[in-house]
Parts: sequence; structure tokens; C-alpha cells
Amino acid sequence: MSEKSLAKKVSETQVWKSIFRHGPPDNARNRAAVVAGNVFLHLHPIKLKKSGVQLGYTWCMGGLTFFIFLALTITGVLLMFYYRPTAEYAFNDIIAFREHVPLGIMREMHRWGAHAMVITVWLHMFRVFMTGSYKPPREFNWGVGVVLLILTLLLSFTGYLLPWDQLAIWAITVGSNMAKATPFAGHGGPGAALARIGDFVMVSDKNDVRFQLLGGRFVGEPALLRFYILHCVFIPLVVGVLIAVHFWRVRKDGGISAPL
Amino acid sequence: MSEARTSLNRREFFGYLSTAWIMFAAASGGLLSLTLRFFYPNVNFEPEMEFIAGTPKDYENGVDERWKNGYGVWMIKQDGRLAALSNICTHLGCIPNWLPAELKFKCPCHGSGYYASGVNFEGPAPRPLERFHIFLNAEGKIVVDKTKIFRQEKGEWENPLAYVEV
Repeated sequence: MSEKSLAKKVSETQVWKSIFRHGPPDNARNRAAVVAGNVFLHLHPIKLKKSGVQLGYTWCMGGLTFFIFLALTITGVLLMFYYRPTAEYAFNDIIAFREHVPLGIMREMHRWGAHAMVITVWLHMFRVFMTGSYKPPREFNWGVGVVLLILTLLLSFTGYLLPWDQLAIWAITVGSNMAKATPFAGHGGPGAALARIGDFVMVSDKNDVRFQLLGGRFVGEPALLRFYILHCVFIPLVVGVLIAVHFWRVRKDGGISAPL
Repeated sequence: MSEARTSLNRREFFGYLSTAWIMFAAASGGLLSLTLRFFYPNVNFEPEMEFIAGTPKDYENGVDERWKNGYGVWMIKQDGRLAALSNICTHLGCIPNWLPAELKFKCPCHGSGYYASGVNFEGPAPRPLERFHIFLNAEGKIVVDKTKIFRQEKGEWENPLAYVEV
């Protein structure tokens, strides 16, 4: 039996046909069907402009960012199998990643990847700005991108606390004090002093947004747990949904903007 | 059209529709506020904001660190007055260290320095450390109430609620 006929035989089985609902991608129609018939690929344009894949034009920064996000998801999930977000274990579990588990650079990969993702997100934004790709009809997708940028920074911020060392605790103390200055909703912010009835203070350090973020009046064990949940579950889910929207809008807004 | 009408007319339909939407909005709003409330636990295990800090004769002149861990308070005694000083740096909220050899508080985060009184003199701190309400209870014990804050730059350290005569 020749190799070709084996491939042909496999492609004619019911299993193969039930997965791939189109013929071999040897013509334009089937190549389009490959993309359109795949739930993941269909977020992507079916056809690209030649300039859209020029490295000098896009730097592939959006794609690199997505690639790093996937790498961070995989390494992050692996780290979750060992890391325990409690005051008693968190610091030692981070140290233990070096020697107590195989592939002792897993945590370092996650950390370097996090730094790299922040850099590539900024460079992607810079490229989009310099090529004018924020202009109509792409202004909504620029907005989605800005939200993704903020969520990327929040992922970095929440991940910062998890090593539970002195740097982490005091950096988050300093950072979360910004929430204290939220207008009306933070107890040190503008307008908070107005929200009082006689001696009764309505916005205080035990019911403002900073308390909601930290689960306490200072960075303690409840804050560690909250940041862990935000870092590992909540923000990545929102980011995943927005990435899908982002890619879909690239397609719907006419693909990657072409050089003028 | 003489037979009895069983269906809704337009006015009734919109009446029901409005009621349904209002109830849906109210239920969603209620659920959302309950979810927000969920993030404020009924109990937390942080140290009390008000605590008994011994008696006046427990303290000598100078800075006393016995309540720093946990309650976050330095007891400072000078010129016959005992005051409770907050240990939160007024720059960005770290905790300074008391350096007995240099007679100053020094913040490890960005280098703010304070005199033993709590007044800032170096580094980025914009204002002195805060003091807390302190008073003697009926048994002659010192009580520190961290919910009431006295700020030097507002002239509040001279408020009799901000110190006890010893």
C-alpha cells in the first residue's frame, strides 16, 4: 500500500470526515473552508493582505503577545499544582519551585514571560499607533486593546503579591494605597469626607474599595487569597474573552491595516 | 368581533412588559448589590482598632515599641505627655523602623525620616506621622482608639484627646 493511498484512505473514513467537513485545502474554496469551519481559526480573517504578514510592518507584536499569554497560561496552571496561597506556605512554595519539583525554572519562565508580555503589549500598541491602525473603522478595537493593556498590567500587579516576600507585601501596600484615593469610594479620596452624617463616617477604611480589594485594612492573608483568585481565575477569563473579541474585530474591521 | 376577547390588547401587553422589565431590573440590581456585599466579610481577624495599652507607669521617656507589631502603634512619652503614634508612613504607607541610635524613625521603602515626635524631617514624606485618640479609662488604664486620627499639620496634636498627662 503506497503512502498516498493511505492518506487518501484515512481522509475517506467516517471519523476524518466527521471532524473535517471539507476537502483537502488544494484550492481557494477549501482553504477558506479550513478557516471558516474551525471555531478557533474563524476568529482570524480568511484571507490576508500580503502586507499583513510583513514582519517589518507588524513586528508580529500582537501575535507574540498572544503566544506569550498562552505560555503564561500553561506555566501558570502548572505552578498552581504546587503553590498554596496562604501566609504559612506561599513564600516557601515559591522557593521550593527551584528544587522540590522537576524543571526548576518553571516559575522563572512564568515571571520572565510576564515581563515579556508587558513589553510586547506596549510595542504592539506603539506599532498600532504609528501605523494609524486606531483610525475608523478600527477605533472600537483600539478601545478593546486599551482594556486588554490595563488587564495585562493588573495581571502583573496581582501576580506581584503571590511570592509573599517583603518586596511583594510592601509593593502591594504602596500600590493598593492608590485605591484609597478613589473619589467617593476610597476613604482618603476626594469626596469621601463629604459622605458623613454627623459623626458617622460612611466611607472608612473598613468599607471602601481598598478594603474590597484587600479583604482587610492592610495587606494580609485575605489579600493574598483575593489576589490569587484575581490573578489565576478572574482576570485571565476576562482577558480570554476580550482577546477573542479583539481578534474577531480585526477580521470584521477589514483585517490588519495595510500600509498607505 | 363580537365573541369575547381572550388575548391582550396593546395597552395591557405593554403594561405587563413594563412590569416584567422593572422586576427583572430590580432582581438584577439586588443580585448585583448582594454580590458586591459578598466581598465585605462579616468578620475579619485583624487586630482590634481599640485596645488597652497598660498603665501610664509602664512607660519611660522616649519611644516604646511594644504595640508596634499587631496594633501598629508606637507609644511616645515626652514632656509629661504620652501619645500614640501611627506606624504608617505618610508617604506611601510602608512601616518605618525606630532607630534608637539615631533617635529617628526611618522608612525602608523610600527613606522618609521622622523625629521621635513623629514630625518628618527627611525623605519624601509630605507630613508628620498621625497620632491616635488616647485616654485613661475608669480603671486608670490607657486606651488607644485608632479610629480617631490627629494630624500635626492641622494643629490637632494639642487636642487633649490626642495625649494623656503622665
